[in-house]
Amino acid sequence: MTDPNSSLSNLDLETPEKPFLDANELVINMGPQHPATHGVLRVILRLDGEKVLGLECVIGYLHRGVEKIGEHRTYTMFNPYVDRMDYVAAVSNGLGYCETVEKLLNVEAPPRAQHVRVILTELNRIASHQLWLGTHALDIGAITPLFYTFRDREEILKIYEKYCGARLTTHAFRIGGLQYETYTGFEQEVKNFLQFFRPKIDEYEELLTTNRIWVERTKNVGIISGKDCIALGVTGPVLRASGVKWDLRKAQPYANYKNFDFDIPIGENGDTYDRYLVRMAEMRQSVRIIQQAVEALPEGPIMAKVPKVMKPAAGEVYHSIEAPKGELGYFIVSDGSTQPYRVRVRPPSFVNLQALDVMCRGQLVADVIAVIGTLDIVLGEVDR
Amino acid sequence: MRAIIQYIQSYLGSDQTPGAAGNMFWALVYIMVVFAGLSVAVIAMNWLERKILAHMQVRLGPMRVGPHGLLQPIADAIKLLLKEDIMPSEADGFVFWMAPFIVVLAAFTVFVVVPFGPTHAITDMNIGILFMLGVSSLSVLGIVMAGWASNSHYPLIGALRSSAQMVSYEVAMGLAVVSAILMTSLNAEGTGTLSMIGIVQAQQAQGEWFIFKFFPLGLIAFFIFAVAMVAETNRAPFDLAEAESELTAGFHTEYSGFRWSLFFLAEYSAMIAVSSIAVTLWLGGWLRPFPNFLSGATWDRAFSLFPGVVFLLFAAMCFYNAVRMPKHPLFRIQTIGLAGFGVVLGLIGLVLFVPAVSLRVQDIFWFSAKIAGFMYLYIWYRGTFPRYRFDQLMQMGWKVLLPLGLGVLILTATVALLQQRIWHP
Amino acid sequence: MAPVATPFFFYLFAAIMVIGGVMVITRKNPVHSALALIVALLAQASIYLMLYAPFVAGVQIILYAGGIMVLFLFVIMLVSIDRSIRERQFNSQWVVGLIAATALGGLLIAVYTKGTNIFPEHALSVVENDNTQQVATMLYGQYMFPFEIASLLLLVAIIGAVVMAKKRI
Repeated sequence: MTDPNSSLSNLDLETPEKPFLDANELVINMGPQHPATHGVLRVILRLDGEKVLGLECVIGYLHRGVEKIGEHRTYTMFNPYVDRMDYVAAVSNGLGYCETVEKLLNVEAPPRAQHVRVILTELNRIASHQLWLGTHALDIGAITPLFYTFRDREEILKIYEKYCGARLTTHAFRIGGLQYETYTGFEQEVKNFLQFFRPKIDEYEELLTTNRIWVERTKNVGIISGKDCIALGVTGPVLRASGVKWDLRKAQPYANYKNFDFDIPIGENGDTYDRYLVRMAEMRQSVRIIQQAVEALPEGPIMAKVPKVMKPAAGEVYHSIEAPKGELGYFIVSDGSTQPYRVRVRPPSFVNLQALDVMCRGQLVADVIAVIGTLDIVLGEVDR
Repeated sequence: MRAIIQYIQSYLGSDQTPGAAGNMFWALVYIMVVFAGLSVAVIAMNWLERKILAHMQVRLGPMRVGPHGLLQPIADAIKLLLKEDIMPSEADGFVFWMAPFIVVLAAFTVFVVVPFGPTHAITDMNIGILFMLGVSSLSVLGIVMAGWASNSHYPLIGALRSSAQMVSYEVAMGLAVVSAILMTSLNAEGTGTLSMIGIVQAQQAQGEWFIFKFFPLGLIAFFIFAVAMVAETNRAPFDLAEAESELTAGFHTEYSGFRWSLFFLAEYSAMIAVSSIAVTLWLGGWLRPFPNFLSGATWDRAFSLFPGVVFLLFAAMCFYNAVRMPKHPLFRIQTIGLAGFGVVLGLIGLVLFVPAVSLRVQDIFWFSAKIAGFMYLYIWYRGTFPRYRFDQLMQMGWKVLLPLGLGVLILTATVALLQQRIWHP
Repeated sequence: MAPVATPFFFYLFAAIMVIGGVMVITRKNPVHSALALIVALLAQASIYLMLYAPFVAGVQIILYAGGIMVLFLFVIMLVSIDRSIRERQFNSQWVVGLIAATALGGLLIAVYTKGTNIFPEHALSVVENDNTQQVATMLYGQYMFPFEIASLLLLVAIIGAVVMAKKRI
């Protein structure tokens, strides 16, 4: 790969365009209390009329010091905290953390646990994308898809609730496997859900994909090239919509994704519409993965042999997974004690958010909203 | 005393509007009736919009206050009236104070010329349609004032958007209106009219609603107007001036309580006003449907029963839902209330069957029913469409609707001339 | 129908117009000036109505109050109000102003005192209902040429505005 700095130089981040005539530049403070910044993101916009000359994100309104907390908790105790980062994809967070510690401990979860993990994580990807779709459409002005997606997301949350008692911050996985065996009828319910959900994706697409206004609002909006994505470290659907076929599930297979057959949907133009299409296709792929996983669900133990008191050998490990929003990485340094010496999270939302300025420059205010929506950020994860 | 009674009675036999007859008393009565009816319509619209939108979005909508949330708008109104009236400290006091009143004034004044029937209008002006367009275009001033006086960025952007939007769509709207007015001149004298009542009478005389006239020219003009009127009233998908996801609430971000509710009132009555223009110009105003296929006294009589039947249907719906109410002591009041509401609607329906009443009321009924169709469309748009972006909105106004309107106008004029000179000289 | 053109209404609207006009030039805040101008224009429309010229009145409201003034406000709002309030509004051109005011005042007094036979005794007996038709006949018959000249002028203005606003077309 080339030097990332060289490609950043052509992004032209420093020189904004001159305002039209001598009209005053308008500085607008969008957020932290704003209906469309998806939480407490604050964006300082510099506008020429409606045109964005530049913007700056101010973050940290939801900072809870998750990483610092990790240094004062044992490995097991820290597990529930990671659910509170990306709270709409809590299961993925848990998966990433558990796998990282397992890597540190050199244990591997048994096959049945791996399968259940994949099922729950992919369900979580669908739930996360549903939430994204609803709120993104709401930002662009279509209020109805929100209710459709929330209605169907409810079915996933019901499965979670039945499995582990929680709906949002599930704390579904344990280091070394699973805490709970699946409940009776779990497989059937997941299958029922897939049956139920397949036509629903078509329903969402029917509302939006060929809707003229939707296409006009999203085509050629917030374009980012694959090169810029790589330079900025943008991952996930945003990267893939720019034409880069990079999915950690295929590139660095974790859990047991290599056993499943699925495609990586990619886009061409890297605009908001392509990102929409990529995420819609990803939901279909997730359905495919879950179908395979639930059909081949093996019998067996759900917990590997893990010591009661975890004391990993001193050392460090970085492990990343493909969360719904992009590469979610955990970097854990162990000093041999029961608590991590340092936990560092590489959150996809935080990194993806850095592309906002590049994607919005020269566009209109309404596009900023569309781009914030399409980046699919969760402020809990950005601020941690 | 007798003179007064005579003055009041003198109007009753006339076939003119009270304004045209110069009868102050009846004009005042009409103003009061229209004002009250409009307020009720806005309240009903509030409830209907929330209910219909909710059912489109697989939810129930208001259910708690009154049976099926029927009293929700009233509860909302009381809440808004009791709320603190906040004015930003840096706001321009006088302009901030004036803005909602201008919007409401403009929205209500246009109803002076709306013809609910051949005699059911406050007055008939010979520049009726011009008056409606002119006064409704004044409401943009209120919006601009509100946005500017708030001394805040979001309202300012909202005001800028809305002023640009309304001025641009007025052009296309005007062209569509002119092509309809051209059609009124297709009579023996060759003179058209701008009077709202005259326009409907022209459609009656020509035996054709203007939407079907010179097919598809009338239809295209109607389409242009139907798009432009949504943009004029700042409703979805053209609700950029108050786009809540972009500008929080646009021009009325800083308004609260009573003043905010005035904007709300104005928005809905403006919707009714522009719909009534569309109904008058293209959909035959108060005329009943199918006057040509189903003509004759029998059919007239049958169609005059419609208002009563509709009210009886509403009453039946109320009773049906009252029966379906949960059988629980806590729901008893609601059930009784719903049944009582049904009784009231049913009684109104029965009164409407009296021939003398139904003959005078059916005009109002058909006019209102057509407007209700538009209101449903407004709600439907809101449930279905994403929001346009500002530049796309402008593009649509100037590059699509304006040339289309000009083309339709020229074609209409050409066809009308040909018809008068060549086909039917 | 009783005439609406009573002296009471005439003086009322005339007073509103004059007050509005004075406010336009005395307000420091340009938005207030624009609003005062709208009031003056609306009062003018009412006077047109009293002159049995409803078409002109309607056009006055649509074009001036509803269209042009909105564009005025549009531009004014984009300009920094704070700066313009601080700037001096009145230039020291007393001499020119005085001469112009005297000339106009003199003209008005001359018309008022000697102009009785310039104007007809009674209001013109124009039928209100035909007003629109008569405007149309005049405009597209007798005054066709000036009308076309005016539209040409507007076309030139539009092209000029586009040329000024766009660097490359």
